[in-house]
Amino acid sequence: MSVTVHLPTVLRAHAGGAKDVTADGTTVGEVLTSLAAEYPGLSGQVINGDGTLHKFVNVYVNDDDVRYMSALDTPVTDSDEVSILPAVAGGATDLPGTRPA
Amino acid sequence: MLRLTEALHHQMVAHCLTGLPDEACGLLGGNPETGDVATCYPARNVAASAKLYEVDPKDYLRADRDAEAAGNSIIGVFHSHTHTEAYPSPTDVAQAPDPTWHYVLVSLRDIRPVVRSYRIEGGMITEEPVTVSSQYNPQ
Repeated sequence: MSVTVHLPTVLRAHAGGAKDVTADGTTVGEVLTSLAAEYPGLSGQVINGDGTLHKFVNVYVNDDDVRYMSALDTPVTDSDEVSILPAVAGGATDLPGTRPA
Repeated sequence: MLRLTEALHHQMVAHCLTGLPDEACGLLGGNPETGDVATCYPARNVAASAKLYEVDPKDYLRADRDAEAAGNSIIGVFHSHTHTEAYPSPTDVAQAPDPTWHYVLVSLRDIRPVVRSYRIEGGMITEEPVTVSSQYNPQ
């Protein structure tokens, strides 16, 4: 089972600059593991050492966030597209009046 | 350098003002080589906070697909600071996802919004020029 994986700009350098790559697997976890085997630079960027999804990464199967499905056990088929996107967050600090006393 | 049109600049600032009292955020689609912004993608701040932002992941997915379909990429993110200056906070630096991106801050601290842009790489903050032109004229 070969699935298309869409990479965010920050990870493309690890895959020779490619936006889209293909990887084998029947679940999201298998696809991401075979992707990391093909492109060692991606290892640890999406899946943690303990086999869980990295906190600051969102993974989709088509339009659906895998965290709201079966996470890395979410099944995929040939026609699916897996998208990896970094979490984008931040914010100000020291907002007046909000510091602890 | 980040290159914006007046319309995109207004759209970005307007989204930030509309988001008050919370921080507002969005993504910028364009050419990663030149810093030309083609599209501003206002996004929901799922943190719904006056001092934190988190781009709605679904909004990011939609923006990414739209930008790619137009032959562009997401090249940066903007967010507002409601009560502080337009300079990346330690949280912004710690969570900056991509060293190639443009990090745009819109300060709403004063009556007149202030827009500034930065590169953040390896924890280092470097301000970059922002040019605003009347028409989209990519390099």
